[in-house]
Amino acid sequence: MQQPGRAAEIKANGIGKSFGSFRALDDLTLDIGRGEFLTLLGPSGSGKTTFLMILAGFVQPSEGRLFSDGVDITDRPAEQRAAGMVFQGYALFPHMSVEQNIAFPLKVRKKSATEIKRRVGEMIERVGLNGHEKKLPAQLSGGQQQRVALARALVFEPGVLLLDEPFSALDKGLRGQMQAEMKRLHQETGTTFVFVTHDQSEALALSSRVAIFNHGKLLQVGRPDEVYDRPDNRFVAEFLGEINMLPVKGVKPADNGATGLCEDRAINMRCKAEKVRGDAILAIRPEHMSIAREATAGENGIAATAVASTYLGAATKLDLTTRQGAKVTVSVPNEVAAAALRKGNSVWLTWPAEKGFLLPDGGQ
Amino acid sequence: MRGTLSDRTGAALLMAPLLLFLVLAYAWPFLGVVKWSFTLPTPGLGQYHALLTDDLVQSVFIRTLRIAAIVTVVSVTAAYAITVVWVRGSPLQRVLAEFCILVPFWISVLTRAFGWVALLSNRGLINTWLQSIGFISEPLTLVRNEFGVIVGMSHFLIPFAVFPLASAMRSLDERVLLAARGLGSSRMRTFWTVFVPMTRSGIIGSAMIVFVFSLGFFVTPAILGGGRSVMIAELIYLRIFQSPDWGLGAAISVVLVVFVGALMALVFRYVKPKQLV
Ligand SMILES: Nc1ncnc2c1ncn2[C@@H]1O[C@H](COP(=O)(O)OP(=O)(O)OP(=O)(O)O)[C@@H](O)[C@H]1O
Ligand SMILES: [Mg+2]
Repeated sequence: MQQPGRAAEIKANGIGKSFGSFRALDDLTLDIGRGEFLTLLGPSGSGKTTFLMILAGFVQPSEGRLFSDGVDITDRPAEQRAAGMVFQGYALFPHMSVEQNIAFPLKVRKKSATEIKRRVGEMIERVGLNGHEKKLPAQLSGGQQQRVALARALVFEPGVLLLDEPFSALDKGLRGQMQAEMKRLHQETGTTFVFVTHDQSEALALSSRVAIFNHGKLLQVGRPDEVYDRPDNRFVAEFLGEINMLPVKGVKPADNGATGLCEDRAINMRCKAEKVRGDAILAIRPEHMSIAREATAGENGIAATAVASTYLGAATKLDLTTRQGAKVTVSVPNEVAAAALRKGNSVWLTWPAEKGFLLPDGGQ
Repeated sequence: MRGTLSDRTGAALLMAPLLLFLVLAYAWPFLGVVKWSFTLPTPGLGQYHALLTDDLVQSVFIRTLRIAAIVTVVSVTAAYAITVVWVRGSPLQRVLAEFCILVPFWISVLTRAFGWVALLSNRGLINTWLQSIGFISEPLTLVRNEFGVIVGMSHFLIPFAVFPLASAMRSLDERVLLAARGLGSSRMRTFWTVFVPMTRSGIIGSAMIVFVFSLGFFVTPAILGGGRSVMIAELIYLRIFQSPDWGLGAAISVVLVVFVGALMALVFRYVKPKQLV
């Protein structure tokens, strides 16, 4: 984080943090690549802010080491790490104008007046705050304050930008706009971004990788499609979106995954851990299942009855009950749902083998 | 925040007895004082004319303003340091600071003034000690002059200066300080460029309380000034009780009250009263 203008590469090695007897973070090991956009995702209280504060140097970890570009920075105070940080609630200097807020990190670095003027001007241009230079933070809208916070954190070209739920106070439309803007800033600056949110769709849309936290533990890190399509455990599977869980029996490794019996029908599925055997839980996203008149031989499919539907505009969410009583939700075209409900009797639920995966932890 | 109508009516009803008390205890008698200033010994503006021309009255006014200004700077600075420790220090530091702030309230102003005399007089603790270590040969004149008055008054007023500062420091968003440090600012620089400016309303409130209190000080200057540093309250007392010159005494009082009123109006124009407490 020390060389301005160059994206930093960060390594967290066995980081833990206790507050008294409470474990806020536990044995966290994570590599953050140069120029990466990493999102920390997790429910409230899962330790995301704590980890970000440790990265910034505001909180000392109870154990573990932190490296930036290979240098141990665990004991380096925050002001010398100089990671750019955007706080929840922005934390702008209320007594300084927009211009002065953005100039602050440059003044601290004793840049010349002309350089400060030029770089602040460029930054104001870049985040679209022209015409607001002389205003105080209290005179700005939420979105504008957000831009000031971003500009202030980026103006000194930090190696890493840390963002703690920067959009949580914005309404939905503005949120979308700011997300797009942040993606653009990431591309333009090439800096490493570490972004905290508890909104899973935001995490999937923005990041190059997502790290999922729960109860102070890092559960899984991976590309958005990896964590969404191949979650390591039930928590990750459910946290990232709606998912159907079906019990399978007699699981055996097979080419390309595993086979087993789901509601007495032989099915194929993907799984990460080869050692999964016997009983397990199969997980399938609602949008990956479809309704068919019958399942052809060799295709994954189980019989079910449609019980209710929710019209969502572009598609319909259909609730079904399988023969053995499992509840399943699928997202299907509106007319398919209507037909399935009209028939009132059994339909077939089918899915491609590569879209069903076993939860390695047995769904615990 | 804006309360509902019934809220505000309720608040007004609760305030009413206090307001009535203030009117009866202060406003009404003060109107009497205003009347004296225009009628004694003869009706007219004579007393106010005398005020403008009387050298003694003017020098006392100027001395009072000077002492009040110095006391304000000294008290607010000292109170600021104590409050930082009280609000942001370690648990032990907090207890010690609280002790320093509260103890003076348990000792009467008279006792404290005489305590300072004992400390500062020619044969007091400080002079004896400085002489015994050979630092000085002749005792320093620390009391019965303006210096003594300033010390005694500041000591009395520091605790009062603490409270507006403490409320400003408590309401400050911790994250803003973290943000400053995260942007590369040292602790020192963060203190001066972020912490102090953000507690500005507390500083103004604190300074105003100290300054206004200082203008009306009577006992402390009388004891520690030794008759050489007469302040305005003592002058009013002398005019009314010793040289029965009620008219002039009343006129000085009126000018003092008008001055304080104007000062508060000026400050409130720039700082909302809400920010002061
Ligand atoms: N200074 C502290 N002292 C004691 N406990 C703390 C402290 N800071 C955080 N914690 C606890 O650590 C846990 C993790 O907190 P953290 O702020 O990291 O959660 P988070 O994932 O950011 O949650 P949110 O989404 O609500 O912001 C919480 O249970 C919190 O109460
Ligand atoms: Mg948080």
